[in-house]
Amino acid sequence: MKQSPLLSAENLVVKRGKVTVLNVDELKVFTGRTLALIGPNGAGKSTLLLTLAGLLPMVSGKIYFQSRQVSSFSDLVMLRRNAAVVFQEPLLLNMSVEKNVAVGLKFRNLSRAQIKNSVDEALAYFGIEQLAKRAAKTLSGGESKRVSLARAFAIKPKIILLDEAFNSLDPPTREAIIDDLQNILQKTKITAVLALHDREETLRLAHDVAVMSEGKIIQQGTTAQVFHQPINEYIANFVGTEVILEGVVKKSEAGLMEVAVSGHIIEAVGDFKTGQKVCCCLRPENITVSKTVPEKISARNVFKGKVLKAARQAYFYKLTLDCGFVISAYITIPSFDELNICEGDTLAVSFKATAVHVIKR
Amino acid sequence: MDLILQGIIKAFHLIVSFDPEVISITWLSLKISGTATLISLFVGVSVGVAVALNDFFGKRLVISIINTGMGLPPVVVGLFVTIMIWRSGPFGFLEILYTPYAMIIAQAVIATPIVMGISLAAIQNLPPNLRLQILSLGASRLQMVWVLVKESRLPLLAAVMAGFGGVISEIGASIMVGGNIKGYTRVLTTATVMETGKGNFDLAIALAIILLLLAFTINFLLTQIQQRQQSR
Repeated sequence: MKQSPLLSAENLVVKRGKVTVLNVDELKVFTGRTLALIGPNGAGKSTLLLTLAGLLPMVSGKIYFQSRQVSSFSDLVMLRRNAAVVFQEPLLLNMSVEKNVAVGLKFRNLSRAQIKNSVDEALAYFGIEQLAKRAAKTLSGGESKRVSLARAFAIKPKIILLDEAFNSLDPPTREAIIDDLQNILQKTKITAVLALHDREETLRLAHDVAVMSEGKIIQQGTTAQVFHQPINEYIANFVGTEVILEGVVKKSEAGLMEVAVSGHIIEAVGDFKTGQKVCCCLRPENITVSKTVPEKISARNVFKGKVLKAARQAYFYKLTLDCGFVISAYITIPSFDELNICEGDTLAVSFKATAVHVIKR
Repeated sequence: MDLILQGIIKAFHLIVSFDPEVISITWLSLKISGTATLISLFVGVSVGVAVALNDFFGKRLVISIINTGMGLPPVVVGLFVTIMIWRSGPFGFLEILYTPYAMIIAQAVIATPIVMGISLAAIQNLPPNLRLQILSLGASRLQMVWVLVKESRLPLLAAVMAGFGGVISEIGASIMVGGNIKGYTRVLTTATVMETGKGNFDLAIALAIILLLLAFTINFLLTQIQQRQQSR
């Protein structure tokens, strides 16, 4: 991927009072991709987001938008006009929903017809056409969130920046809004930067991940890279100890799916559509190994795997196995000894369809 | 008891018969206080918004001064304005002492800090990220300010009510800089004082009732607008 980034930053330093709250050497956001900023509270995710959007003054550093350095005030206005920020709180104005969504378009002095078109389109994106005439302050939390997202998308930004946009929503609403956002990002190919602190959201929405801590970016790469090789404990905890396998749903029937992963079929519970790209997440403690292929077993998934590595932990062994895809398994020390496992052995690996946690990609 | 009853009956008569003198006094009061309120709205909102949106050294001191100004004693304002426009004062050349213009100036000085203080608080009460949100949607600075002012329209209406209520019922400054000249600078409050002094309770009561009605009507109308906005 050797294209030039849509938005990039070099040596950004932002201070609040005398305290340095942001110190970022380099960050690149590529066209059409979604970058997740992850990290604990106070790591500087929001600050970075707002600085990238040209909304916070920086002490030093450079921001490039479309390969052009943002230096003059008119560059800044240009950046702001092309970057839409969605804040944690909906921040709707005290007027009707459609007027709220039209606000950004009105700033651009567009014609009425153009405004109407874009507003209708944005409302349809988030399935809130029926709310158009409602007063913003009568909306529920989920509805307000949709309106604030629609307002940002209505101006057809080149890049959209979301600050922890799904906080304080109840789980079903959150799920539905993430679904919509995912579809829209895929459909419109709008570049996005999302401050997130949920691993599942990150897996679903992001192509790339930048991990932040104490105002710095400490790891950056594709989602797969960062999740497979977490560089420190925080990230390891964030991404979980799970094995994450990317695949595509091949068959989905009566709550059981067949997911193709590197040429193998994994059975998992769920009802996503055929063709849906997914991640299969597996916890190492849910994986059983045996010397021979077990017969008459309830586990739907049985594979042969070669032991790549057996690492002794405090109370158990961690096995890394290659079944055509790489997974990890935890087994107790007595089991390890009884089975007499050595690196290079081939073992049968089994796990239940219910142990596979499937996430849409 | 008879005095009050007589007074009220006579007052009622004066009002319903549209007594020309009462009408002209009322009209002048409205014009002077209305103009003063408009000026204070313009100056008060601009400065209030500017102070609220900018960070500068001594901002807290400025806000304290504005808040103190909200309770400025009218006689102090009257004295100050009188000195300024006194024949030998710095603005004496304008020759506006004892004219309605002087009264407008004095009343505007009284109302402006009230409007300023309320609009400043209103803008400061908006969510801190709202400014950034509006800018990020592509607003120019002027557009951003306009959206914020519109967003605080309810407290701003309250500011207008407080300002107008303050100046229409004010007497100290009006009598000092206006002088209560019949048919020229005589307004409801100054006339009421004078008629009471002369013992013309009927006329004084009539003027007092009109003053109350006026204040009530204006506030009633603004409250209507405010509540309609509120429930929308």
